[in-house]
Amino acid sequence: MTSFLTPAESQALLLSLRVATVAVFAALPFAVAAALLLARTRFPGKIVVDGIVHLPLVLPPVAIGFLLLTLLGTRAGLGAWLFHTFGIRFVFSWTGAALASALITFPFQVRAIRVALEAADPGLDAAAETLGAGWFDRLVNITLPLAFPGIVAGLITAFAASLGEFGAIITFVSNIPGETRTLPLAIYTALQMPGGEAEAARLSLLSIVLALFFMTLAEFVQRRMRR
Amino acid sequence: MSVEVAFRHRFGAFALDVAFAVERACVTALFGPSGAGKTSIVNAIAGLFRPDEGRIVVNGRVVLDTRQGIFVPARARRAGYVFQDSRLFPHMSVADNLRFGWRRAPAPASEAEIARVIDLLGLSQLLARRPGTLSGGEKSRVALGRALLSSPDILLLDEPLAALDAARRAEILPYLERLRDETKLAMFYVSHTVEDVARLADEVVLVRDGRVTAQGSVFDLLTQIDGAGIDPVGAVLDARVTSHRAAEGLSVLAFDGGQLIVSQIARAVGDRLRVRIRAEDIMLAREEPRAISANNVLPAVVAALRFGAGPQAEVQLACGAARLVARITRASVARLALAPGQPVFAIVKSVTVDSN
Repeated sequence: MTSFLTPAESQALLLSLRVATVAVFAALPFAVAAALLLARTRFPGKIVVDGIVHLPLVLPPVAIGFLLLTLLGTRAGLGAWLFHTFGIRFVFSWTGAALASALITFPFQVRAIRVALEAADPGLDAAAETLGAGWFDRLVNITLPLAFPGIVAGLITAFAASLGEFGAIITFVSNIPGETRTLPLAIYTALQMPGGEAEAARLSLLSIVLALFFMTLAEFVQRRMRR
Repeated sequence: MSVEVAFRHRFGAFALDVAFAVERACVTALFGPSGAGKTSIVNAIAGLFRPDEGRIVVNGRVVLDTRQGIFVPARARRAGYVFQDSRLFPHMSVADNLRFGWRRAPAPASEAEIARVIDLLGLSQLLARRPGTLSGGEKSRVALGRALLSSPDILLLDEPLAALDAARRAEILPYLERLRDETKLAMFYVSHTVEDVARLADEVVLVRDGRVTAQGSVFDLLTQIDGAGIDPVGAVLDARVTSHRAAEGLSVLAFDGGQLIVSQIARAVGDRLRVRIRAEDIMLAREEPRAISANNVLPAVVAALRFGAGPQAEVQLACGAARLVARITRASVARLALAPGQPVFAIVKSVTVDSN
């Protein structure tokens, strides 16, 4: 790998993997909650919530990045409060890149988990209840284990999609080498420099290999676990 | 030990309005055609559905009273429920399925009790397996064990045999009979198969179109011919083994109305068992037949007659304290001049012994 990639390129690759990993695992509890809400409950305005959850799929990523910048910039509002109270800063930080990726790939996770929840037999939940299990007990011991293949498939798909996030990251946390310059941003940077085509090609090829690997893995996991 | 159920509920166009009480720990069959509301009744007892209005009391504990706003949720009712489709947890081994309710019971069964249930249901070879690898009959047995080990106050069985073929049913029925005979639990058994009811139930609640149309002991209800009940298939008798005639390969049973001679059965003298005599298997004679091949000729009195639309007639017979029912032709009724109070002889062609 090191002979194929320059130090700056490996740095971009490792950063991408770190950002994607943190993004998908941080989003997971929220994705499970949203999927449960959408799959298992009925309430007025559900269609609106469904729409909001899926919004990142259709919204321009740049718009999401801009929204995050407005909301979490350290000059004002929530971002200022977080920075001055807890010292938490998302802008110009790799954690901000993870947050943007989490938001963008959230619908992938919710969809996969929701499909798994809807495929599970609600009768099993009723059976667990007659055996003395309360709602949290059933969630932890019945519902989530049964949705596990969906959860894993959702994680992997979101991870793969997260590796490719560009617009929201560059808008929200800029393009700082070693901090926020993930693979797509490194490709973009290479193309901005004269004679950078070879580097851009190498990194693009790497992106294709990674995406293909994780998409295949997601499919494999799902098939394997369904039995 | 008692269970009182009375509630009303409306499901769109279908209205359920039922009331019945069972005063002893026994097997109560909820019997009726599909769609009559039987499963909704057990679901209401289990707490899986909340009726619009009503009251349900299990062993003196009010689990539902809509007037007082009482609704004990299913997880706290301690109703062991065996579902028609087993509903085993597919991601757990058989052993973990069995332990699921046991772990959550307020007073979990002892190790000895667990061993007894595993032995009673023949589960010891299955413990490490996953539900996906079990046959239909094995699944039913595991579901039964799982419900029993949750230390239930009451056992609800929703057609646990319906999904099984004849061979598998024959495999499970003896386990259910042992359960009936060995546990002191009140059991509600939903069925639309009269043979299962005749074999297992002590008490029968007839459900039709969302109403309870009749209730009584299985011995009475299956021989009623007033049209309120089940199409009478025949008599169910509570019998006792009195002797074996090994040389002839026969066993002698005593019941409330006399004795029956049957092919030898593998039961000890003194054992109680249930025998069934189908309505088609009884012939009637005005005079005591002599020179006849049938082993069982029982003196009886005609209690009631019913004529249906076809050529058949049903004759209810009092045979001592027991009731029998015979299905013969209307022509025969006329020829023998049968009427209530008329003494007759019931010639029994065949007796079914439900052996465990």
